[in-house]
Amino acid sequence: MKSATTPQSLASVAASRETKKPGTMPIGSGLEARGVHAWFGKKHALKDVTLDFAAGTVTALIGPSGCGKSTFLRTLNRMHEFIPTAALAGEVLLGGKDIYAPGTDVTKIRLRIGMVFQKPNPFPSMTIGQNVLSGLKLAQLKVSHQDDLLEECLVRAGLWDEVKDRLGEHASALSGGQQQRLCIARSLAVRPEVLLMDEPCSALDPGSTFRIEQTISELSQSMTIVIVTHNMQQAARVSDYSAFMLSDGGPGELIEVAPTNELFSRPRDKRTEDYVTGRFG
Amino acid sequence: MSTSTESTTAVATPGYPWEPTLKEKRGKFLVFVAALLASIALLFGTGLNGKLGWVIGFFLSFTVISFAYEYRRAGKPAAQDSLLTSISRFAIFLAVVPIVSIIVTVVVKGWRGLHWGLFTQDMSQATVNDPITNGGMLAAIVGTLVMVSLALLFTLPISILTALYLTEIKGKFARPIRFLVQAMSGVPSIVAGLFILSSIVYPITGQRNGLMGALALSILMIPTVARTAEEVLLLIPNDLREAGLALGATQWRTVAMVVVPAVKSGLVTAIILGIARVIGETAPILLVSGGGEATNFNPVSGPMGSIPYYVWKAFLLGGTEESSQRTWAGLLVLLAWVLILFTIARYISTRTQKR
Repeated sequence: MKSATTPQSLASVAASRETKKPGTMPIGSGLEARGVHAWFGKKHALKDVTLDFAAGTVTALIGPSGCGKSTFLRTLNRMHEFIPTAALAGEVLLGGKDIYAPGTDVTKIRLRIGMVFQKPNPFPSMTIGQNVLSGLKLAQLKVSHQDDLLEECLVRAGLWDEVKDRLGEHASALSGGQQQRLCIARSLAVRPEVLLMDEPCSALDPGSTFRIEQTISELSQSMTIVIVTHNMQQAARVSDYSAFMLSDGGPGELIEVAPTNELFSRPRDKRTEDYVTGRFG
Repeated sequence: MSTSTESTTAVATPGYPWEPTLKEKRGKFLVFVAALLASIALLFGTGLNGKLGWVIGFFLSFTVISFAYEYRRAGKPAAQDSLLTSISRFAIFLAVVPIVSIIVTVVVKGWRGLHWGLFTQDMSQATVNDPITNGGMLAAIVGTLVMVSLALLFTLPISILTALYLTEIKGKFARPIRFLVQAMSGVPSIVAGLFILSSIVYPITGQRNGLMGALALSILMIPTVARTAEEVLLLIPNDLREAGLALGATQWRTVAMVVVPAVKSGLVTAIILGIARVIGETAPILLVSGGGEATNFNPVSGPMGSIPYYVWKAFLLGGTEESSQRTWAGLLVLLAWVLILFTIARYISTRTQKR
């Protein structure tokens, strides 16, 4: 019985991790979504999501395709508004302040809340080294020890050993997995407090996926991470908390959020249980 | 290790099993020969004559014979296939012949008119009917260089910024402006000349000079450069823009540091296509630049010639062997400029595609 064994293994994977308690990691800022709705034109894509991301934790957003996970993620650093027909309701609090409040400098928000995309997207006109430091130039930040920062970011992204002798090469010379870790390094260079990851491993092979999961674990020592994933094994491996989202044809909703080992071993909602046991989705 | 693996590795040689067999090749050759014979028969038996008649006759008979051959060999679908292939070949032939013919004619006829003085003397001391060694194209070359460079200076910021407005800012007026820019690229060049003449030369400056010529050329150049630039900007994946914005950059910084560097070669191509569009323009130059004979580097004072103007004048005022040689030599120089520019554009765009 395959469906019967899956939850057990997921739960055991999740149980092997220590769940960080909110407030025990006094670093960075937490992120709080308060009653977030999102629309594309007339289509209501996301309904009333209220969710806390405590500082220093990793939260996985799981759910079937089209349930609004990515849309929700993009509302968290104001990338949602780049879609021409987009609309929004609700608040997203970073360190207690609404990032959608009038007068907020949106570029500062995106500096504090970084993002890694589904497809690796290094800048093709820049070298590997320039890519890592591109955020500083783009946001016009001054840093005194650029070489140290470059090395630190690549080490933290788990890419330093592979590229330290070829920093002057173009980023397109790297493999897909390396490019994605380069993109992670690039987002680290501006020292964000929160890192949003939109299915960062969906285009990668298992080896690269493993490296990136290691990277996530190391990064979670010093920042808050929100990761969208289709891979429940991955959610079980890397996250402290998991949030299950679902759309029944209408707007996507948050069904359940819990510490990851609880969500996989003792889901409270029937729909969550159906999903994590592989009965649908 | 199984024996079958060993035997395959032992005898394997690279082959081309998809190539036509000898029999098929022979069949194709026979069709060709038959078409050749039929076309000669047509030449003698019907009203068709001359080289063009023979070419048409050959294509007609080749189409019919290969259709019949394929029909017998492999049935109706194969025959239809051969019909389409034959017609496409004929179309290609019709498209290429005039181009090749122009280039060959200009090179053969213009070659004899080339001499070193062409690039060091102007026509201020000579008339078009003088011996070809008297006078040259210096005034024309300088005029073309000055006017095209000035036009480029005006066009570059306007057209690149227009393209950025259409693709990056996507403002409220993007749709009507895109439509206007597309419509503008069809404006006849003499209209551009008349526009500058009636809006600037007559009411304001009262003087024909190189600057007026450059303005008229700019009107023709802007739509070409803006459209090409817009097309290359649209090829940039949105991921890159989002990556820049997600790093906390403003839109301007993202465009300047991520988007534009990624399409640099495309923008160079756009500029070169724009230059090639206007370098051979005669009508607006004729109307507004005054068409001088003396070498003039100053665009705001005195008339200025250009290469097309030189060609036009030698053709119109001449009638002798010398003026005809001047015309062809001028055409050769102009054609060489255009071909060189296109070659550079092709080189730049293919080189970046590979990377």
